[in-house]
Amino acid sequence: MNKPLNKMAVQAIINGESTAFLCSPGQVLAEVLRDELELIGTKIGCNTGDCGACSVLVDDRLVCSCLVLAAEVEGKSVQTVEGVANGGELHPVQQKLLEHGGLQCGICTPGVVIAAKALLEHNPDPTEEQARYWLAGNLCRCTGYDKIIRAVLDAAKTMRGEAA
Amino acid sequence: MAVQEFISPTSLSEAQLVVGDGAASSWLAGGTDLLVGIRLGARDPARVIDLKQIPELTAIEIDETSVRVGAAASAFDVLHNSDVPSLFPGLAEALNLIGSTQITGRCSAGGNLCNASPAADSIPALIANGAQCRILGPDGERTLAVEDFVVGPNQNALASGELLVELILPRPPAGTSDAYLRLTPRTEMDIAVAGAGVSITVDESGTCTAARVAIGAVAPTALLVEVAAQALVGSQLDQAAIDAAVAAVRAAATPISDKRGTAEYRTHVVGVLVSRAIANAQARIQEARS
Repeated sequence: MNKPLNKMAVQAIINGESTAFLCSPGQVLAEVLRDELELIGTKIGCNTGDCGACSVLVDDRLVCSCLVLAAEVEGKSVQTVEGVANGGELHPVQQKLLEHGGLQCGICTPGVVIAAKALLEHNPDPTEEQARYWLAGNLCRCTGYDKIIRAVLDAAKTMRGEAA
Repeated sequence: MAVQEFISPTSLSEAQLVVGDGAASSWLAGGTDLLVGIRLGARDPARVIDLKQIPELTAIEIDETSVRVGAAASAFDVLHNSDVPSLFPGLAEALNLIGSTQITGRCSAGGNLCNASPAADSIPALIANGAQCRILGPDGERTLAVEDFVVGPNQNALASGELLVELILPRPPAGTSDAYLRLTPRTEMDIAVAGAGVSITVDESGTCTAARVAIGAVAPTALLVEVAAQALVGSQLDQAAIDAAVAAVRAAATPISDKRGTAEYRTHVVGVLVSRAIANAQARIQEARS
C-alpha cells in the first residue's frame, strides 16, 4: 500500500495521567504503549492473547493489550505495570514476588503483577485454586508457578492487614 | 494491506450506515478472534467497526419472558450479571471456559457464535437454552435459531452487511435447569475434545417434560439432537432414558480425528458428557426445589 495510513488521535488516562497519542487504525494497544508512549514494562510475548505478558487493565478490566486496538481506549483508563508501585514503594504483589522469588527471567512478571493485582481487587481472599485459575492466562516458563502463587496469596494476606 | 479505518458507531442506524454493503468491513466485539485473525493473516478487513459503543450490543436485559444478551456483551459481564448465571448456570459454565481471565474479560457469546468454531463452548449451551439470534441487515430484521446460525466450520449465516444484534433466551420455566460440560486434556485454556449442553424441565413427580440436548466439537457445527431430547421427555430420567439419549448423541456425532482425539474417542466421550450434563441439570432442579 502506498497510501499512508490514517493516524487517529486518541485521548486516554494512562496510569492516572491524561495522555494523548497518535495510532494507526489497526495498531494494538501493546504496541502503542511500548513504541509511542515508551511504557516498555508491558511485554509482548505471543502477540495472540495466549501468554498474558502484555496484560493491562482497561477501565479496571484485565485484558491482553495485544488483543485491544489502541483506538478502542479513547476516553478510557489504562493501567500498566508502571502505574502499580506508589513512587518508590512497591505494591504488596511486587514486594511478595520479590520475597518469594516469584520470577526469574522477568518477561512474564509485569503481566503477572497486573493480573494478580486485578485478582486481589476483585477477590481479596482467593483460595489457591481461584488464584491458579485467575492466573492461568499468564504463562511463566521459569518458576513452575508455585512461587508466584505463594507470593500472590501472601500479598493477599498483607493487603487484608493480616500478619504474614 | 492493513486496517485503514476504525469506526466506533454509537447507534444501530449509524452502524448500518457505516457498514454499507459490508465489503471489506469487520465487526469488532471483543476482538479475541478478529485481532488474532488479522495478526495471522486469516482476516484482512480495511475497516473495523467497533460495536461496543452501541447500547443494544452490550446490554443484558431481563424481563418476565426473556433474557436478552447484547452480542458484544463480554463473557465477564454476563458471568457477573446478578441474574444470568443463576437462570442459566450451564451457559455460565460454558462462558467461563472460554480462554483465560484476560480473554473472558473481552470475548462475547455473540462473537463466539459468529466465529463459528465447531468446538466453541458457548454454542451448545445457547442451543440447549433455545437461544434466538436477532439479526439486523440492509433489508431489515430477521430472527434465526442458534442451531441454524452456524452453517459450517467457521461459517455463519450472516450475509454481508448483516449484524448479530443480540441473543434472546426464553426465560426458563419452573423446574428447568441447564448444564454444560466439555472434555479437555487440561482443565483450563484448552479447546474442547467434545462438549455437551443440556437443558431439561422436570415436574414435581420427577417426570421430564421438556429437554434440549446439544453437542459440540463432534461435527462440522454444534448440533441440536432432537432424538436425544425425545428419549428424555416423558421419562423419569431413568437409566433406560439416559442410555437412549446417549445412544442418540453418539449416532448424531460425526467427528474428525485430530491431535485432540480420534473420532471413536470423541463419539464415546460426547455420550458420557451428555449423561453427566443431564445429571448436573437434574441435581440443580432438585436443589432449587429443596
